[in-house]
Amino acid sequence: MAEQRGLTGYRREDGSVGIRNYTVILPVDDISNAAAEAVAKVIPGTLALPHAYGRLQFGPDLDLTLRTLIGTGSNANVASVVVIGIEPTWTDLVVQGIAKTGKKVQGFSIERNGDLKTIEKAARAAASFLQDDSEMVREPVERREIVLSIKCGESDTTSGLGSCPTTSEAVDRWVDAGGTVLFGETTELTGGEHLIAERCVNEEVRAKFQKIYDNYIEIVERTGANLLGSQPTQGNIRGGLSTIEEKAMGNIAKTGTRPIVGALESAEMPDSGPGLYFMDTSSAAAECITLMAAAGAVVHLFPTGQGNVIGNPIEPVIKLTANPVTAETMSEHVDLDCSGLLRRDYDLATAGDKLMDVIDKTINGRLASAEVLGHREFVMTKLYPSA
Amino acid sequence: MTSTSSGPDFLAHYDGDVVAVAVRDLVPGTVEGGYLRGPESITLELLHEVPLGHKLALTDLEAGQDVVEYGLRIGVTTEKITKGSYVHIHNLRSARWQNSVA
Repeated sequence: MAEQRGLTGYRREDGSVGIRNYTVILPVDDISNAAAEAVAKVIPGTLALPHAYGRLQFGPDLDLTLRTLIGTGSNANVASVVVIGIEPTWTDLVVQGIAKTGKKVQGFSIERNGDLKTIEKAARAAASFLQDDSEMVREPVERREIVLSIKCGESDTTSGLGSCPTTSEAVDRWVDAGGTVLFGETTELTGGEHLIAERCVNEEVRAKFQKIYDNYIEIVERTGANLLGSQPTQGNIRGGLSTIEEKAMGNIAKTGTRPIVGALESAEMPDSGPGLYFMDTSSAAAECITLMAAAGAVVHLFPTGQGNVIGNPIEPVIKLTANPVTAETMSEHVDLDCSGLLRRDYDLATAGDKLMDVIDKTINGRLASAEVLGHREFVMTKLYPSA
Repeated sequence: MTSTSSGPDFLAHYDGDVVAVAVRDLVPGTVEGGYLRGPESITLELLHEVPLGHKLALTDLEAGQDVVEYGLRIGVTTEKITKGSYVHIHNLRSARWQNSVA
């Protein structure tokens, strides 16, 4: 079933490998969105990444926003970056962070220029970058060079029975090929967090994972809120999931069986060689995938039950579902229908073969459904109110 | 009535699980299912309608009893549940998040 196919991608200056070739216009803050979007309008073919934050943040919350912006610009699916911020200091921080990859990056600030002059200058840079980027060609690449991320959404019990175990097949194959895979969704391990802890490769990783997990759960539980409807979501409940523990078991079912070699902070790049990594993330799809892309993931696997429609502007999101109703009623969002698992039409290894085929095609340039439909959710994770 | 001509009515994850998942919309009556990773067949009398993706009890459960799925506790019952019953947030709650109740 699994057709042997050579993989191709874009080899970047820092050795990372991308599967898309975006010229990005990156606003540092919310009030620079208008200028960034104007540049992308003047120079079609570039990609603006508007977002909601970047002002008066401080401490770890500011660190996370800057890490997310720099990581996004540094992602191997991005060929070059034009950065626009309201003032030059934080703009330059982002520019310098991205410049470490060796890729083309130029910053512009709006104060003492106004939007219009900034847009003109930034558009000239964007035009030049886009033209150069258009000359970049795909080269043969190895699977181990491609960073994969996984996160499920609007899960139901078919996720745990079908789409998550199918994803698990791909995760194990990726790790066995020497590749790197990121998973997260911290709260959504509740009830099975000991299974993740047991798989950590050593005590250091295990302690870091446990600390991250305990901190996040403390924040959630401190509210004293009834989480039913939020986690699990109303969609999860409609699909048959009853408790956080049940949802967690489906979530964990997609992480494969290999050891966990590292526990990362949000948007932190893998630091311990190839393998499977846990990353501290929200379980909200757009926030989670934005953080994973900022950590360097270039292709995402998204098992869904009820039909989450998420996409990401720079990281293609591949959706698979084992729910036959979702596969039929939301077919334009579904890259792989694995509902045959529920009918026992084929086994998990075969479903894994089918998924690998979709992944390889997506790597080689076939657009994922979310790309075709224009889903470009780029969402910062905010840790606490701004000053 | 449901038919078994095109696959099972419900699937359980592991031997020892006390709930299974309907893989099609089920109505009361005799239903047949099995395990995701095994050939064994289970037949039981379903007492309620259970929609695709929702759970049914494979055994009788006491009030306050652990509910095992995936070989692990996924919550506790809030009332006595009879084999063949529909199991969801009306009779199952998280064992971890005490305030998360329907």
